[in-house]
Amino acid sequence: MKTQSFQPQLPTFWWLQRGNYRRYMLRELTSLPIAVYAVWLILALLRLGQGAEAWAAFRASLATPAAIGLQLIVLVFAVVHSVSWFALAPRTMPIYIGTRRVADAWIAAAHYLAWAVLSVLIFLAIGV
Amino acid sequence: MNSSSPSSAASTRMVTLDVARFRPESEPAPSWQSYQVPVLEEWTVLDALNHVKDHIDGSLSYRWSCHMAVCGSCGMMVNGNPTLSCKSFLRELPDQIRIEPLANLKVIRDLVVEQNRLIDGMAAAKTWLIPREPPPADQAYRQTPAQLAQYRPLSMCINCMLCYAACPQVALNPGYLGPAALALAQRYNLDSRDAGAIERMQTTASDDGVWECTFIGECSEVCPKHVDPAGAIQQMKLASSLEWFKRRLGLGGDA
Repeated sequence: MKTQSFQPQLPTFWWLQRGNYRRYMLRELTSLPIAVYAVWLILALLRLGQGAEAWAAFRASLATPAAIGLQLIVLVFAVVHSVSWFALAPRTMPIYIGTRRVADAWIAAAHYLAWAVLSVLIFLAIGV
Repeated sequence: MNSSSPSSAASTRMVTLDVARFRPESEPAPSWQSYQVPVLEEWTVLDALNHVKDHIDGSLSYRWSCHMAVCGSCGMMVNGNPTLSCKSFLRELPDQIRIEPLANLKVIRDLVVEQNRLIDGMAAAKTWLIPREPPPADQAYRQTPAQLAQYRPLSMCINCMLCYAACPQVALNPGYLGPAALALAQRYNLDSRDAGAIERMQTTASDDGVWECTFIGECSEVCPKHVDPAGAIQQMKLASSLEWFKRRLGLGGDA
């Protein structure tokens, strides 16, 4: 006997329903300020290519209160993005030693260590 | 199963079950029906439903079998959470409980949902052993404890589909293979006896496969067997990316 089944619809605001959904949306949202900052960096390259005067003007524009505020907001979102990403990384790359799975904390710690080492290398390279 | 019935003494706790009913022969969409159920301290939601079925309304339909979180039949939404009703104790729930069929799936009747999504997904993702070599003639395949440990957590899946009810992508993309089918595919990819990982990528790395997952992670939260489908799917994304690069570089590509 053929019967009619009922297909439920996902509510428009499904992403508000559960804590995990809200955290997920926040994590996805962090990519927007980071995208804005990426455009900003490209703009910096453009101004650099236009000569010393343009570069100096661009650097001055970075020091305005509005620009500093925007950079702080981007920094907060970048930190949230990185921390939430590193928290998920151990599940993406599980490592086994014999029959034991290496604890998530070690894999996350390795990511933080790599982050720190790369940051130091970049700072050294640009001579800060 | 608890076959005893609570006494009608005044001290008996009464619980109201608000159950989503769907009778396709008489109504176009589900509707609510409430049942007053006298319950015992040790009862689960499934026990309360069984009481309704046995003593109040025999027409209520739901699936169940083992009553010990092994068979994976009795999954439903309890107060909005995908749960095995046999594992959901009434003493941890309020006096009014909302019971609905598993979210995101087609409802056949009352709390019974279509399971095609998982079954078809498993067939598409080839969730069976594709042997590396024929089994030894006179003995079983050999596997070390370390090789077993690689895939054992993923093999704990009981096909209960709670992860499908937790996953918005299941609702948003009707073709998506789904968390359990993909986790089971990875279970075989990680098996030392198996050589089907590249073959499985035909579907698991397709538009209906792992790339539909956005790592919300709720599938792993609701899994009663701690399978972590979300983690398995990210591992498959990594493997799929590596395979893509290998092919770009003219390496591998044996399938």
